[in-house]
Amino acid sequence: MIVGVIDYGMGNLHSVSKALEHAGPDWDVRLIDSPDQLAACDRAVLPGVGAMGACVQGIKDAGFDTALQTFVQTKPMMGVCVGMQALFTRGDESGGVEGLDWVKGEINHFPTSIRQQGLKIPHMGWNQIEHHDHALFDGIAPGERFYFVHSFRSVDVGSPYVAATAIHGERFVAAIIQGNVFATQFHPEKSQHAGLTLYSNFLNWTP
Amino acid sequence: MSVAKRIIPCLDVADGRVVKGVQFVDIRDAGDPVAVARGYDQQGADELTFLDITATHEGRDTTFQMVEQIASEVFIPLTVGGGGREVNDIRNLLNHGADKVGINSAAVSNPEFVKAAADRFGSQCIVVAIDAKQVGEHWEIFTHGGRKPTGINAVEWAARMVDYGAGEILLTSMDRDGTGDGFDLALTRAISDAVAVPVIASGGVGNLDHLVDGVTLGGAEAVLAASIFHFGTYTVAQAKATMAAAGIDVRL
Repeated sequence: MIVGVIDYGMGNLHSVSKALEHAGPDWDVRLIDSPDQLAACDRAVLPGVGAMGACVQGIKDAGFDTALQTFVQTKPMMGVCVGMQALFTRGDESGGVEGLDWVKGEINHFPTSIRQQGLKIPHMGWNQIEHHDHALFDGIAPGERFYFVHSFRSVDVGSPYVAATAIHGERFVAAIIQGNVFATQFHPEKSQHAGLTLYSNFLNWTP
Repeated sequence: MSVAKRIIPCLDVADGRVVKGVQFVDIRDAGDPVAVARGYDQQGADELTFLDITATHEGRDTTFQMVEQIASEVFIPLTVGGGGREVNDIRNLLNHGADKVGINSAAVSNPEFVKAAADRFGSQCIVVAIDAKQVGEHWEIFTHGGRKPTGINAVEWAARMVDYGAGEILLTSMDRDGTGDGFDLALTRAISDAVAVPVIASGGVGNLDHLVDGVTLGGAEAVLAASIFHFGTYTVAQAKATMAAAGIDVRL
């Protein structure tokens, strides 16, 4: 079985790849830098760091937007951090950026007013999540901590795709599940045992 | 539910080896950064910071290999500081598995470098390291391991670096570093209040109450220490238990 890590010039590919190798010793973990290599993959992981606009542009420029849309018709994909944000309709970064619009919702900046509660932006560190009952969260205790680092987030916590939430000032979307798509705002590859468990669950997931 | 305050052991490395030896038990080779990183990961460290004091270009290549090895086995955030002067250095470190890169002297000699790095790679991976000393009624930035004064006001500098895109500030009191007398809490508080981004307090930790003070009195989001952990005086787990007992939210 092959899991492709999408390489479009953004993201910590090394850590994601190594974490997947640990989580799935039987899996062949490959860096995928062109859409035609996707066909051979059984799973795909879409990492992302930095700015949402740059990530969306990178995904589109490399032709992965349509290729991944086809891929997820039949096979599971996992987005990580900005790789999750890029799937939303739009973001308010630098005046407004269009997302891939796979999930209906907006990505907004943490309001600076949360500083009055002593909270910092970026939201950086190990925060607790509340997750729904789902095979992807098998072995994850309620309130488990994962490593986050981001300044933008979605507060559409009532949307049907929301699978986990966390609180920084107010409650925000920490993970989504929609069809064959799973995505996390936090970094499983930096979240020690809990993160490896999540990657393992993703590799074993049959939606 | 809230984001936990972080405990970060800091290791000095040169030519891919840990220097100023780590002495806690169960490590066969205290100079092996992978073994040391694994040890701290098992103790529950929330992140690891490597300060690269390698002098030569050849030595920098061994740093990249070291980071790659550690990032292949230890799945917590890794920061590498020291020596980075060009956007290319940062890209190399990130490509080898570093999550954040610390910029210190290079930020002072060329502040635009911080802006360029943050624009290119995102603020989340740019840590500006500030070495500050008290001069009269305020604090000033010093570079080159605290030897070179710059005349720059530390609080104003921190705010400027955040404007330029720093995602985090690693703040070291050169007055307290190595003393074991505790953080400079007034300095930590002044910088924490001045910037929106997280501040990591560093310099002076001698006991676990100092870590508590850094958070409760200094306003730090994270506390960094070297010798109390390296010499086995305390484990990271003991540090967390002390912080939790003081009512601080930590990852247990």
